[in-house]
Amino acid sequence: MRVALFVTCVNDTLYPRTGQAVVTLLERLGVEVDFPAAQSCCGQPQYNTGYRHESEPLLRHYAEVFAGYDHIVTPSGSCVAMVRDNYPRLGARARAEGRGSALAEAAANVVPRTYELTEFLVDVLGVTDVGAYYPHTVTYHPTCHGLRMLGLGDRPLALLRQVRGLKLVELAGADECCGFGGTFAVKNAAVSTAMGADKARAIEATGADVVCTVDNSCQTHIGGTLSRRGSAVRPVHLAEILASTEGRVL
Amino acid sequence: MPTPPGAAPAFPDAAERSTRDTTLRNNLRRATHTIRAKRAAAVAELADWGELRAAGAAIKDHTLRHLDHYLEQVEAAVTAAGGQVHWAVDAAEANAIVTRLVRETGEREVVKVKSMATQEIGLNEALAAAGITAYETDLAELIVQLGHDLPSHILVPAIHRNRAEIRDIFRTQMGRWGRPAPAGLTDEPAELAEAARLHLREKFLSAKVAVSGANFIVAETGTLVVVESEGNGRMCLTLPETLISVVGIEKVIPSWRDLEVFLQLLPRSSTAERMNPYTSMWTGTTDGDGPAAFHLVLLDNGRTDALADQVGRQALRCIRCSACLNVCPVYERAGGHAYGSAYPGPIGAILTPQLRGTVSALDASLPYASSLCGACYEVCPVAIDIPEVLVRLRERVVEGGPVTVRGTRAVIRPARGHAAERAAMRAARWAFEHPRALRAGQRLASRTRALHPRHLPGPGRAWTRGRDLPEVPAESFRDWWQRTRGERGTA
Ligand code: SF4
Repeated sequence: MRVALFVTCVNDTLYPRTGQAVVTLLERLGVEVDFPAAQSCCGQPQYNTGYRHESEPLLRHYAEVFAGYDHIVTPSGSCVAMVRDNYPRLGARARAEGRGSALAEAAANVVPRTYELTEFLVDVLGVTDVGAYYPHTVTYHPTCHGLRMLGLGDRPLALLRQVRGLKLVELAGADECCGFGGTFAVKNAAVSTAMGADKARAIEATGADVVCTVDNSCQTHIGGTLSRRGSAVRPVHLAEILASTEGRVL
Repeated sequence: MPTPPGAAPAFPDAAERSTRDTTLRNNLRRATHTIRAKRAAAVAELADWGELRAAGAAIKDHTLRHLDHYLEQVEAAVTAAGGQVHWAVDAAEANAIVTRLVRETGEREVVKVKSMATQEIGLNEALAAAGITAYETDLAELIVQLGHDLPSHILVPAIHRNRAEIRDIFRTQMGRWGRPAPAGLTDEPAELAEAARLHLREKFLSAKVAVSGANFIVAETGTLVVVESEGNGRMCLTLPETLISVVGIEKVIPSWRDLEVFLQLLPRSSTAERMNPYTSMWTGTTDGDGPAAFHLVLLDNGRTDALADQVGRQALRCIRCSACLNVCPVYERAGGHAYGSAYPGPIGAILTPQLRGTVSALDASLPYASSLCGACYEVCPVAIDIPEVLVRLRERVVEGGPVTVRGTRAVIRPARGHAAERAAMRAARWAFEHPRALRAGQRLASRTRALHPRHLPGPGRAWTRGRDLPEVPAESFRDWWQRTRGERGTA
């Protein structure tokens, strides 16, 4: 099984620990992970802001870089949503505009092989107990793309429930958006900040010391909001929790 | 839709003001969260909701694809039933038609059934300019009218008001329009409703002309359908001598059988009721029963242009249930007025720029009034993929491209004010295609991280005003990988 890690541009630049955690975790589960260094960005920021023509080359690039791997695994729900929902759309539009079917073929090629981390663990590897240990009170924010576009459902929670030492507490209004939304956070800063503040209040009310997400972008927004409020709650990516063991809590 | 004056603020500015209005935010939060929970429960009762939703979408799509055919069928059926059909290309034409029809009756007052289409075209204002007074008879619409205010929600136009505010409006304003509010009126819902009932009764009994919209037009018989909760609409539809209905051309459905689907989808999605209390249907005229004259004004006003866009046209499936507003986190904070049109919330963000174009600053900002969280798509009873349409419209704003304006294909240019962003997107894409450059940039960021300011200039300032930035780590993931694993990857 040839598994490639797609670390995403945000993880790569701002949260290398998340990528390292995925490597640690997958290797512990006996998966040999490769990191194709030519990889870059899925094109979501461009696509979602309206720059379709800037995102097309990135789809081509993604398909080239990850050709030849059985599975592409990434710790970002929104990037998988970009691949799964929007790559086929890009391909179909290019075809409809008479630009051939190369883009559609590239999309069809990568879509079925791209997995969000928890999907890969639960659906492909068939595990929920990954042998993790994490002595914290944790609440889980299910990020919009993971929740609605990917339909991750119970997978992240099933994984968290098996973590020894971890106390899981429920987050009120968990399905409400944290207010990030990519460039939305800058273009509509006031609304975004108001949404973030409500999310932060709900997180603080759980009494957790860690808020867990499956997406570093939402984590950036939630973390930035908590930090500005002087809150003690830390945002942590699920991969870092699952990679932790008695010997090494990340 | 009349383009709002150029002075109408772009969405982010209007929304920023509303986020500071704590009364508004509390009113909206309470109202939307209550109805949201009720709707979820009402929908969960039906085991076949998914199939109903797919059927609703399919019926609407079919009708839209053959709209020319069904509209001709409507015209023939309405005419055969004794009604008159008028076609209006835009708001000005629709207003002129209605004004002329009212004038021909010799009346100076009309009663109105709550209607989105007449709000869209600004009919009340047009009638007022012609010396005709239009009285809104829906309770929430009455509150808005008496308060010299604008509606802020599709279903509950006065959702931004609380009970105390409503009592004050009734006390001070009712007398100026007709029967004053009873002395000692409190903010008890029952008392407020009774005050409105007494005030409105006078209007119903004296009005000779009524203006309505419609939720559906059944093509096979030319029957119009209005779905409501209060019964005031039914009074308007039956008591006057002349009835004028202004309806968007997308409201047609082929047959009575199709109605069955929508009469399940609509009430559960909008009011969380199994069945709405009043469903009124009228077909032309009948001797000795109901209005003696019936006029149907079929309104285009940008709809055929929207139909030309393969992605955007799904917005025309909308049955105005307002479920998307009630779950929208942006609507909840921004309030309905920030959207600057009769259609607020997620549906407004995709419908208005299609009907009105993306020329004004406000209209060009609407497709960005969303975090693309997808909650609207999830609840929409006719499965409109609102996030997909938003992205499509963003593309139109920043890249320009072919559109249809008044039936003619045109190429629009990218909106101004996006040049810096466009350059940044292009630069980012270039860097992403050149991993070496990307890596150099990351290293530079890591090396200079001690110098990174806590508060950014330029567009980044919007971020750091309310949130902290994460610290750039000393080493990127790819550098860590190379340091610890070497070039094992396929680069
Ligand atoms: S877009 Fe869908 S959810 Fe929103 S008002 Fe229309 S039908 Fe209802």
